[in-house]
Amino acid sequence: MEMSQYLEVFIEESKEHLQNCNEQLLELEKNPQDLKVVNEIFRSAHTLKGMSATMGYEDLANLTHQMENVLDAIRNEKIAVSTSVMDIVFLAVDDLEDMITSIANGGEGKKDVSTIVEQLKRIENGEVDLPELIKDETDDSKELISSVSYDEYESAIIKQSFEQDYQVFEVSIRLREDCVLKAARVYMVFEVLEKMGEIIKSTPPAEQLEEEKFDIDFHVTVVTKEKAESVEELVMKVSEVENVKILSLSALSLESSKQQQETAATLDAALETSVSTEEVKMDLPAINASASSEKDTNKGTVQNKTIRVNIERLDILMNLFEELVIDRGRLEQISKELNHGELNETVERMSRISGDLQNIILNMRMVPVETVFNRFPRMVRQLTRDLKKKIVLNIEGAETELDRTVIDEIGDPLVHLLRNAMDHGIETPEVRMAKGKPEEGQVELRAYHSGNYVFIEIEDDGAGINRDRVLEKAVSKGIITKETGDSMSNQQVFELIMASGFSTAETISDISGRGVGLDVVKTTIESLGGSITIDSIEGQGSRFSIQLPLTLSIISVMLVEMEKEKFAIPLSSIIETALVHKDDILNAHNQKVIDFRGKVVPIIFLHEVFGAPSVSLNDDVYSVVIVRKGDKMAALVVDSFIGQQEVVLKSLGDYLGDVFAISGATILGDGQVALIVDCNALIK
Amino acid sequence: MTVESMTQEMKVIVFQLVDKEYAIPVNNVQSIEKLIHITRVPRVSSYIKGVINLRGVVTPIVDLRKRFNLEESMYDDRTRIIIVSDKGREVGLIVDSANDVLDLSADSIEPQPEVVGSIETDFISGIAKLERRLLTLLHLDKVLEEN
Repeated sequence: MEMSQYLEVFIEESKEHLQNCNEQLLELEKNPQDLKVVNEIFRSAHTLKGMSATMGYEDLANLTHQMENVLDAIRNEKIAVSTSVMDIVFLAVDDLEDMITSIANGGEGKKDVSTIVEQLKRIENGEVDLPELIKDETDDSKELISSVSYDEYESAIIKQSFEQDYQVFEVSIRLREDCVLKAARVYMVFEVLEKMGEIIKSTPPAEQLEEEKFDIDFHVTVVTKEKAESVEELVMKVSEVENVKILSLSALSLESSKQQQETAATLDAALETSVSTEEVKMDLPAINASASSEKDTNKGTVQNKTIRVNIERLDILMNLFEELVIDRGRLEQISKELNHGELNETVERMSRISGDLQNIILNMRMVPVETVFNRFPRMVRQLTRDLKKKIVLNIEGAETELDRTVIDEIGDPLVHLLRNAMDHGIETPEVRMAKGKPEEGQVELRAYHSGNYVFIEIEDDGAGINRDRVLEKAVSKGIITKETGDSMSNQQVFELIMASGFSTAETISDISGRGVGLDVVKTTIESLGGSITIDSIEGQGSRFSIQLPLTLSIISVMLVEMEKEKFAIPLSSIIETALVHKDDILNAHNQKVIDFRGKVVPIIFLHEVFGAPSVSLNDDVYSVVIVRKGDKMAALVVDSFIGQQEVVLKSLGDYLGDVFAISGATILGDGQVALIVDCNALIK
Repeated sequence: MTVESMTQEMKVIVFQLVDKEYAIPVNNVQSIEKLIHITRVPRVSSYIKGVINLRGVVTPIVDLRKRFNLEESMYDDRTRIIIVSDKGREVGLIVDSANDVLDLSADSIEPQPEVVGSIETDFISGIAKLERRLLTLLHLDKVLEEN
């Protein structure tokens, strides 16, 4: 069918819309009043419905349609936002994701959605929605009860104001629908109110108001000595204000609003058949994506004009460019030989331009880690409920950029580490209280640039790693002997938990004990040319720190020659190069070693490892490259050093699969292929 | 192209190894290259000669003579590398020479015979008879498979 050409666009856009749904739903859970957010979700769902119907995915369209109905009802304030409603909507989004994934993998995107559709229908008809009944009951008194919820700090201010004979008003302002400069009107209202007293809270928050992220209504709570009438009069003077409602808060109404919230929470809890009331209250996760990154994305959507480009095209562009670089090399050679002034000038200019071009092409492949991070808040929400723990996820540096290839691979290891931190790291609220820690556990997810690397850290303030238990387990599993264990540093011990065949959790849980251990995480990260380290203080928490190369496609190497064959050794694993005299090579346990700066370093003859056609080591002096893996070292014997160079890393392809001690290939200036030595495989 | 015409006619690339002619479907062939510098890859099967730079893509090269356990010979001016692709894998095959593109009709192709020379019959999908020529049709999938 002709549709197939749109399929890719459909999948990409659907994923974006679903991600948007997820983010906005989380937002909605935090600010149930914010109809702007509901509108946003509604729009995404609506677009998704339209697209999937056009593409002929009926189940997808069907489910989105039902979800849209529920959202519509929320938008029209027929249904109150409650945890139970949110749960079902989240489930629906999960199902939608499954279907999209199935389509992306070449499936038909079919799934039995009847149960979830049924549940959504019941919500829509208000059948399950107990909180809504309550809302109806309290409807008469609604005018008297505050619609804004206050945190402890704010309540404290309000109480203090009462004590000092101030009045507290909740001012509800509605702007005219045709209002053009909403932010400006908000600013004017704020200014008027600030002249009279002090603003202690606005819903939605001031930043969102400034960005016009609201419909036409907003609420401001002010502390003032003025009368309600004069406040109303002054605010009405601001043009384009449709109407102003003032609710005078008393100590009593503050209490009752609090109670109302609690009853609502209790009723939500009652809906969860399997979970007891108290647990639900405890479970509600607070998820704070860092405010700064949120702002950045908002800005990004407004300012940046983007087009969608298939990554394959970028790869092709990159390949073509590399061809150009190779030809450039030849051209430089020729112009040098001819020594023609104008030709030299032109070639030089071309070299400069192609250098700039290279930077641009590499930058195009960079993607912010946000694309991976933004699925975590949702996951954390689910996990906190499953684990019955209180956990806050803080994300920092989501705007940090990484090569697309790294981004694609890093998702799963991060999921694993986060699950690990939440499951094994953070203790249950009871345990935390008993230890004198705050009930709520913190998980920090950080990304930042440093030099030619990007660091991603996952830090929790949980139980930390118990050295003795790790050692005991490692010995019992035969990973190390007791003697070696005693002489190991803490860091070395912690790294044992990433050794294959190791799992410390006493009970295998559904969350992170899935048989895929931390060893897989370690392997994946190492295959990306990165490394992972663990720091931990028992009782205070652990930090997993991942170091990744900025880009996978270009690395610095040292070119060496062996019998006319050229090999490239990554600079990142080289300590230094040296010349070693034949007589300085010692024999120890069938292994040739050298004494390198007081350390015994095994010497490896690359000719033997790579089976070079003929070996002629007649010289008395060997050229060696000292390489390292962690704190282990080895000396590689080569024929000669050629020099240092930036090269484009290429895969050997699927056909060859894994080749021993070769991590890839690169194309040199003369158009020939040179293999890249994998030093990690050479050091045991 | 309709299904019917496909079964009736098939375009193939014909190449030579030792003294026999072989054929592979043209849809599997990306290009035919002259011999260029091959970088040896250590510790792989002996029939893998190494890798070449094929317009910026590192492509593995299989020596078909070695793959079929035929006697090896020096490469010369007529030696060609046929770049084939199958199931996303792109591999170059070294052959003695590549001479022809032919249309084979379905009825000229006979099923794989019991024994054909010294080549393992697994690699052969059929035999085509064309007047005085005998073409061995290759089963590319099997040729590229690991032993």
